[in-house]
This record gives sequence, C-alpha cells and structure tokens, in this order.
Amino acid sequence: MDTMQLLNLLADDPRATVRDLADILGESEENVEKGMNELEQKKILCGYHTVINWDKTNIEHVDAFIGVSAKPERDTGYDRIAERIAKFPEVASLYLLSGTSEFMVSLNAKTMREVADFVGSKLAPIEGVTSTVTMFVLRKYKVNGVTMDMKEELKDDRMIVSA
Amino acid sequence: MDYETLISENTRKMRPSGIRKFFDLAAEMPECISLGVGEPDFPTPWDIRDAAIHSLEIGHTKYTANSGLKELRTGIGEYVGRKYGLSYNEEEIIVTVGGSEAIDLAIRALIEPGDEVIIPEPCYVSYDPITTLTGGVPVPVPCLEENEFRITAEQIRAALTPRTKILVLGFPNNPTGAALRHEDLEAIAEVLRGTNVTVLSDEIYAELVYGIKHESIAAFEGMRERTVLVGGFSKTFSMTGWRLGYACGPLVLIKAMLKIHQSCIMAAPTTSQYAAITALRDCDDDVEEMRKQYDLRRKYCVRKLNEMGLKTFEPKGAFYVFPNITSSGMSSEEFCEKLLQEKHVAIVPGTAFGAAGEGFARISYAYSLDHLREAFKRIREFLEEHKGE
Repeated sequence: MDTMQLLNLLADDPRATVRDLADILGESEENVEKGMNELEQKKILCGYHTVINWDKTNIEHVDAFIGVSAKPERDTGYDRIAERIAKFPEVASLYLLSGTSEFMVSLNAKTMREVADFVGSKLAPIEGVTSTVTMFVLRKYKVNGVTMDMKEELKDDRMIVSA
Repeated sequence: MDYETLISENTRKMRPSGIRKFFDLAAEMPECISLGVGEPDFPTPWDIRDAAIHSLEIGHTKYTANSGLKELRTGIGEYVGRKYGLSYNEEEIIVTVGGSEAIDLAIRALIEPGDEVIIPEPCYVSYDPITTLTGGVPVPVPCLEENEFRITAEQIRAALTPRTKILVLGFPNNPTGAALRHEDLEAIAEVLRGTNVTVLSDEIYAELVYGIKHESIAAFEGMRERTVLVGGFSKTFSMTGWRLGYACGPLVLIKAMLKIHQSCIMAAPTTSQYAAITALRDCDDDVEEMRKQYDLRRKYCVRKLNEMGLKTFEPKGAFYVFPNITSSGMSSEEFCEKLLQEKHVAIVPGTAFGAAGEGFARISYAYSLDHLREAFKRIREFLEEHKGE
C-alpha cells in the first residue's frame, strides 16, 4: 500500500472512513486498517484533530503563547524541563526554539486569571525556568492551515463543460 | 441583410463545436454534476496572484512589446531549456493569448488555400476549424485505442502528400490522455526530416504527465527547424482565466506569426505576463503538488471505470480519462445525453474531438475526489439500469 498517499489523504480529511480510503486507494479495508494501525504504533499518525473556532461559540476561553527562558541541565539538556511543562493538560503545544527564549508554550485556558495562575504557580516555579513572557491571542486568522473569518475564496466558478 | 449568405464561406464551413451542445443542455440543469471541464480545479498558486497584484500596484498597466515582455520571453526560453533541453532566444519566442492563439497564428502564417494539415484525432477542438478558416484542408488521422491512442509514423507517412504543410501533434493529448514515447517521436522525426512539413507541437499538457518524462519533438535531430512548439500557463499553473500562452520556433516563422499577432491582438495581457514570470521562476513545487493530486485521481478513475465494465486506457498525461463506452450498446452522443438526462452527470462525447472519438467519452478528473466519487456512483447506476439493452 502507498503509505504516503494514505497519510496525505488523512492529512486532508481525518474523518475519511476506512471504507472511503480503501475505495480511493484501491486497497482492501483490512489493508487500510492494518496500515493505519502500523502508522499509529510507530507514532507517525499521532492524532486526528479538529480545528474549532471557539470565538464563534459562547464558551469562555483564552489562548496565549508563553515564551519561556530556561537553563539547560547537565546530561538531560532541555528534555527534563520540557517534560515537566508538557505534562500540564492546558499546554496545547510546546516547542524548543532558537532565538531569545528557549521554549514556546501555547496554552488553552478559560480565563486570563487561569493563564496568570498557570504561569505564576505552575510554569515559573519549574526548576531551570528563568523567565517567562506571556502573549495573549487577540484574534485568530489562520490555524493549522485553515483560515478563519476571512473572505472565502470562490469554490468553483468554472463553466460546466469546456474544451 | 441576409447574413446567412453574407458570412464568408470559410467561416460557414468551420466545424461547429461538439461541446457547445452539451454545454447548453447541462446549463439548464443547475444540480448537474459535471465531469466536463477542460480546466484545472486548483486556484492559481498564490505567489503568481501576488505577483500580478504587485504589478498592478506599481502601475504596470500599459501595453507590452508585441511579442511580450522581454523578461518573460527570456524566462520561457530558460524554462523550455531546463525542462526539455531546448534552446530558444527571446527573438524566437512570442507570448500569445493562450495556447489557442499560438495555434491560430501558426496555422494562419503557414496555410494557403488547398494546403493540407494532418490532424491526429481525437484531439483538441480548434485545429480543424482554424485550418478550414484559412482555406486549408484538415486531414484527420485516427489514433487508435489498441495503440494507446498514439499516432504512428506509418500513419503519418501514409497521410503525407505534396500539399501537406503542417502536422499537428497534440500530446499529451486532450481528450485521450495519451503521450508519445521517445521511439514514437524518433520514428515521426525520421518521416519528416527532409520534408517541408512543419510540426505544430501543442505541448500545453507537457508538465502534467505521470510515470514518464515529457519529451518535445523539437529536441530531436533536425526537428527544431521544422517545429513550432506551443506551450502555455493555463494547465500547468492553473491559469486558464489569465489567457496566456506562447510559441517557440524558427525565427522567420515566429516573425510571420508576430505580424498577424500585431494586427489582431497587439500584445498579450500585461498583468498576466508579469504573473507568468513568477510562475516560471518560482512555482515548480506548486505544479508538482497539483500533479500528485491529479495522479491520485487518475488512478482512481481508471480503476473505477474498468471495475464498472467500461474499458479504460490508463492515460499518461493531461487530466482526462477516455473510457470505451461501446459495451453500453449506445453511441457516444446517446450515452452522454442519456447520462446527463437520467443521472445529471455531464461528460463529453468522444465525437466532440473528431470522428475517431466515436465509442468513447471524455471524463475530466480536474475535480475533488468527493465529487468524482459521487459522479462515478451515478455512472455505475446508469450502466446497471441500461444493462442488456
């Protein structure tokens, strides 16, 4: 089976059923299932996520990016600090970066108070963390390749039949 | 005024478009699912659109040189050099309003009344009527399914007469998706070397090929001097609405084409030309991404159609499949009309692309997989309902 093709299809549409995928790839459903299981086990397929514009719901939420400066440790470098930060469920993503601060944390929380508490009582006290800079998200324009609340492009304005 | 008699005879004789009828029928069915288009579904890559917007912002709103912006012609020369190993300087290149204008110019620059144009069919719809308009004589030669819709050197040799002026080669082909192999081109070149026949090589789909590498006949020994290469931006870069193509050829012929172009067009659209410079320079990755998507759909279409009993040749290029529909017991027109009326799926009868298209239909896969899947579901139902008729 063409694994790259399977990954591309899932990247475009994580909701595609095994049956759809089998049909498009010309494989049996068993083969597709097996292929997906293998990819999951190898942690190549890590999740099937949904992009939601929470701003359009009445659910209270706040997103923030936090730059975290940290000192590396002998033997483990930044890994132990990263693990400590990543454990918190409100941390949506965590990256080690080049540049002024070592880590970038993206945080999904309910209120600004919650963000402040997270930084003050959970993040900053971690051993090795030297300083933090918190940036609140004011508006989202594009998330994971999906544009939000922007002028939509025309879907298909081709003529019905042409040469 | 009786325009029926006032319209010039050559214009009256031009073959009407077989696509027009289907367009009219389908246009009355807003809910119809179309597989009938001859243009890509992808939006033009953003870099190209951005370049066009920028050109307008800084005020490039005037005519360009008749033959096109020098920077663009240089870019075209470099592009066909790096892709197909060809060498044209900017004097040997003309920028046209789509590949269609380049075809028109080449035929008009060469054909005198009575001259013959060999046209392998099925093929793109404009070669025949433009030939007729100039007073030339179209000589159709059928590309056969058993030969994967490739024209052969023997067929061309047999069609040659002292009046033959042009051989049209439209490969990768619309509507069949056929491509010529190295040995096909070499054999054709061998037939033509030493003749006064010019090849009008319409390579508009050159960058959309699957599992093969496109070769231009102009790169074969002795062929550069007898070939007009027609290319364009519509298919490769998904720029149909920008109306931009080009021709590369021997200096004297390009100059003659330029003479016609100066009088009837003046110059190709300026904004499109600025956009095209970026397309040639920066967009290989975008094209490759689109090509991969087409390839996935191509395989899907071939498999599905064969599964439902319509024998379908695996196309090597363009974005069409050309299933054999004779097992339905219907003619091409009948098949497509009934499919449209009963299942509201629009495809184009093979006969719209010449008589050799009888028994076939063109299905375009310039559509999303979801769209294709729904259309094929309906085609399958249609075949089952007409089984044994």
